[in-house]
Amino acid sequence: MGNLLSLTTFIPLLGAIILALFLRGDDAEAQGNAKWVAMGTTVATFVVSLFILFGFDPSNTDFQMVEEREWLMGMNYKMGVDGISVLFVMLTTFLMPLVIASCWTVSTRVKEYMIAFLLLETLMLGVFMALDLVLFYLFFEAGLIPMFLIIGIWGGKNRIYASFKFFLYTFLGSVLMLVAMVAMFSEAGTTDIPTLMVTEFGSEDFSVLGIHVVGGMQTLMWLAFFASFAVKMPMWPVHTWLPDAHVQAPTAGSVVLAAILLKMGGYGFLRFSLPMFPIGSEVMGDLVLWLSAIAIIYTSLVALVQEDMKKLIAYSSVAHMGYVTMGIFAVNQQGIDGAIFQMISHGFISGALFLLVGVIYDRMHTREIDAYGGLVNRMPAFALIFMFFTMANVGLPGTSGFVGEFLVLMGIFQVNTWVAMFATTGVILSAAYALWLYRRVVMGDLIKESLRTITDMTTRERFIFAPLVFMTLLLGVYPALVLDIIGPSVAALVENYDMATAGMHSAGTH
Amino acid sequence: METIILFAPLVGALIAGFGWKFIGETAAQWLTTGLLFLAAFLSWVAFLTFDGVTEHIQIMRWIESGTLSTDWAIRMDRLTATMLIVITTVSALVHLYSVGYMAHDENFGEGEHYKARFFAYLSFFTFAMLMLVTADNLVQMFFGWEGVGVASYLLIGFYYKKPTANAAAIKAFVVNRVGDFGFALGIFALYMMTDSIKFDDIFAAIPTLAQQELTFLWTDWNAANLIAVLLFIGAMGKSAQLFLHTWLPDAMEGPTPVSALIHAATMVTAGVFLVCRMSPLLEYAPEAKNFIVFMGATTAFMAATVGLVQNDIKRVIAYSTMSQLGYMFVAAGIGVYSVAMFHLLTHAFFKAMLFLGAGSVIHGMHHEQDMRNYGGLRHKMPKTFWAMMIGTLAITGVGIPFLYIGFPVGFAGFVSKDAIIESAYAAQSSYAFWMLVIAAFMTSFYSWRLMFMTFYGTPRGDKHTHDHAHESPNVMLIPLAVLAFGAVFSGMIFYKPYFGSDASVGEFFGVLDASEESEDHANAFMLISPANAAAEETDDHAEDGDHGAAEWPTEPGKGAIFKAADNHVLHEAHGVPAWVKLSPFIAMISGFALAFLMYIHRPDLPAKLARQQAPLYNFLLNKWYFDELYNAIFIKPAMWVGRFLWKQGDTRTIDGGINAVAMGIVPFFTKWVNRAQSGYIFTYAFFMVLGITAMITWVTMTGGAN
Repeated sequence: MGNLLSLTTFIPLLGAIILALFLRGDDAEAQGNAKWVAMGTTVATFVVSLFILFGFDPSNTDFQMVEEREWLMGMNYKMGVDGISVLFVMLTTFLMPLVIASCWTVSTRVKEYMIAFLLLETLMLGVFMALDLVLFYLFFEAGLIPMFLIIGIWGGKNRIYASFKFFLYTFLGSVLMLVAMVAMFSEAGTTDIPTLMVTEFGSEDFSVLGIHVVGGMQTLMWLAFFASFAVKMPMWPVHTWLPDAHVQAPTAGSVVLAAILLKMGGYGFLRFSLPMFPIGSEVMGDLVLWLSAIAIIYTSLVALVQEDMKKLIAYSSVAHMGYVTMGIFAVNQQGIDGAIFQMISHGFISGALFLLVGVIYDRMHTREIDAYGGLVNRMPAFALIFMFFTMANVGLPGTSGFVGEFLVLMGIFQVNTWVAMFATTGVILSAAYALWLYRRVVMGDLIKESLRTITDMTTRERFIFAPLVFMTLLLGVYPALVLDIIGPSVAALVENYDMATAGMHSAGTH
Repeated sequence: METIILFAPLVGALIAGFGWKFIGETAAQWLTTGLLFLAAFLSWVAFLTFDGVTEHIQIMRWIESGTLSTDWAIRMDRLTATMLIVITTVSALVHLYSVGYMAHDENFGEGEHYKARFFAYLSFFTFAMLMLVTADNLVQMFFGWEGVGVASYLLIGFYYKKPTANAAAIKAFVVNRVGDFGFALGIFALYMMTDSIKFDDIFAAIPTLAQQELTFLWTDWNAANLIAVLLFIGAMGKSAQLFLHTWLPDAMEGPTPVSALIHAATMVTAGVFLVCRMSPLLEYAPEAKNFIVFMGATTAFMAATVGLVQNDIKRVIAYSTMSQLGYMFVAAGIGVYSVAMFHLLTHAFFKAMLFLGAGSVIHGMHHEQDMRNYGGLRHKMPKTFWAMMIGTLAITGVGIPFLYIGFPVGFAGFVSKDAIIESAYAAQSSYAFWMLVIAAFMTSFYSWRLMFMTFYGTPRGDKHTHDHAHESPNVMLIPLAVLAFGAVFSGMIFYKPYFGSDASVGEFFGVLDASEESEDHANAFMLISPANAAAEETDDHAEDGDHGAAEWPTEPGKGAIFKAADNHVLHEAHGVPAWVKLSPFIAMISGFALAFLMYIHRPDLPAKLARQQAPLYNFLLNKWYFDELYNAIFIKPAMWVGRFLWKQGDTRTIDGGINAVAMGIVPFFTKWVNRAQSGYIFTYAFFMVLGITAMITWVTMTGGAN
């Protein structure tokens, strides 16, 4: 199976092409077929991706299952996975069938909708597997187009504004990242990511426009990549596109956005910023830590006063991503282990939360918190699952939400106790906003006339949540499933980073 | 066996919670109750046959990252064994009691199923609590710690239709999280300093830790003191100590069996357990110990003052619980950990009984909780009355001073509470001593006030309710009887192992190897061996100085508790002056006398006094205005800041700035917005393609990837 990675990546594309070419008509039957084709494709992708997982050797910290071939004009097509990326691949393939299942009731332009998601899956998988700079850039940027379309065509009333905002943010970051990539190429003479990871980029201090740049080129390149990844995460203060995008996106779009797309930022930091620009990271690391701490407190407080469910969960996502960036730039084993774990776990939990909002949105067509209340009386199964994911979201031990948060905080405590303390207040605030939301939506007597006839979750809906509940619990009770896979790669990353920055420190003292 | 004890409640919770539709609600109730009785039985077997030597039972790997290694594992020592019997016994009885109490509930309409859910929550709570006490590392303990928090949240909010119950549930969870914040920081700091979170490794590293400095926030701290205080903040949250106590009275919104189990006997004592568990750390952290004593004593006093004037029967008992927890912290803080556990044990019996008794009254009075509407109920519910009477005699500390027949003679509270007060004096902590004596006076007053208002005098309030007041069914009275036995005898039975000589306590807790003469009856018989006790009694009084103390190991690690070589409080507590021994007794008598005067002899006095001392009365009635204070300085500002950041920060500054840049400075964008239907998507794609083309061109022109 020499082409396993490519196979996994392009099965969804194949499904999309089949849909585009062979499916005709827009009647109920054609819609059903489109859904089943998409479902079949994503399930097949997941099954194939299992071979990646089982064939993966965690103790080997190099890239595995590497495929390399000449592409166009002397450039390389190169794919591979290591302990850091392999689980993001799995997260994507695991979630996509659930995402497809969640749009079963959509009836507008179904074929195109399915194509968009399948295309998106290919591009997301490509991001996590690409080992060539140009290839990565292609996947990374192109992935936004289907997302734009999903928001722009199937979104809510203000979808134009939301995706315009999304575009504005991303645009600046992309341009800067592109410039940095060109600079990297001109310095290293290659676009091969594994080679770039061991290339030492210049870190001699210099001055630009009278500003003294500590860490030289590395810092500048780091900043350029940072601009792109920080928007993706998103980090404070470039986070404001996310709540709007979520509010306007259809449920399935929100799920993909929160569960997978956001992780591209964190993945980027781990793949590019830390290994390629260790000195730049060391120079700018404190800034990230503080921005993360601010993000956690700031967005948690803002979440407290939201009136729209999706917005609240979106702000909560930003706060949780704050733990991720913080863990990454703590640059120790616990911090980065925790950050990766948090990203995986957040994929399940935030995905589930947006799906839960989708469940009641489908019934009531409003996301306003005040429109609900007392749902437990008519929707016990919904109440139970919502409770479970609320608790997972606040990081209850025994759920996967705890492990990531706890490891990150443990990692950051060894680096900066101030940041650790501020970040730890997040556990108080998250409990406040999450339980307060739950209370207003689910608890209380059912007195609103409009809710009198609301029905509990259907079997299809329950089947969507079952795997998510299972994974959240499994990883909470036995996190070794993840930690064993990422551990060695993270250890190697930290070791290389320490060696590179130790050189910097000794150079500084001489 | 420990594994069965641990998982039986979980199995029950899962079956009752998810399977009740298949087995029926009644079966779910009896199944969970049965499993709890099984766990309780096995716990007693484990406790009585336990030889004091610490055991470890590995279950499964948990969080492993770098040098951090956490397992799911059981640590069995005397502290754990004590907690096991407390938790499973009270829980089993509360399960049984709840079968009667929850039989009909007016908070739920016809056809609404709530019983199985209630029992599932109760059993889940028990499981989480057992995880907490059996943990062999701090992270697993944290699992149990938060787990009981969730169970508590679910049970406080059990009447989910009541807004007050929902608010109380959130409050309990969030305030506890404030404590958890400190607990978590303490764990992080311990890991950073000792490279482990396992108790054994931590204990071994503590003597070094005490010599180390830890940079935390703005300055360097002594590592041991800092970590002990951080962990204690966690304990303050869970055990409702001053400043983090506001959730406990509100938690009374939950059904009364819940109050008995969680908010009196078990969960709230988790903080005390944590402090005792970390006794090796505390022994090296003198400042932290002083802080704990101060907080405990102040809480004992403060809570008692509030308890004096409350009218809701459950709130009186809630404040009483808070006050008694203060006693336990004083004991732990002055270094007599066994005495803290002693009071924890006896308190569990009599406080659970008081709550269940109150529940019986509430049940019989159709969910009326205001004592002003009670009166004369001893005729209507005589069995409940006698149970409550025993509980009151126990909590106020009735006993015979100076009589010693191998153990002091008196109700459970008399033995254990006086042990704390005497220890406080022996530890030369006069603040704690006097606070506790005053609190003992107030305890006696409010307890008797409760008794008199409820069971004596003439019926007040709704006549119809009183006419239909009735005694509770046997399923509720039997647990009361069992607990009554504990409330009477547990103090006397457990006196020696928990508050005997250094030798007997040391042996019991596995710190000392069983000595020659008592080896043959080391286990169960050791508890009740008057001959031995008498012998040691003579020992104690004959010798002075560090006879007992010298025998204890000087390095932590062995057994369940540790005390430093210079900690002689346990020994010296037995030699305090007579007036010290008598003082809590006098406090108790005078409290009773005052209550008798005000509520039996001159029932017009309380109202008059409240009018005369209106400011003081209102201050106490409103619980020192803590809720109002916190609302003003935490909740409202948090909401205000949140709204400010949202409207002014996100919307105005960040979005405004970006829009300004986009629309104003780059007029180019303005055009897009004007015709922005979906054109920008393709513009974006265009830019991207442009970028890639540029990149590819560049790469190709400069020689390809190689």
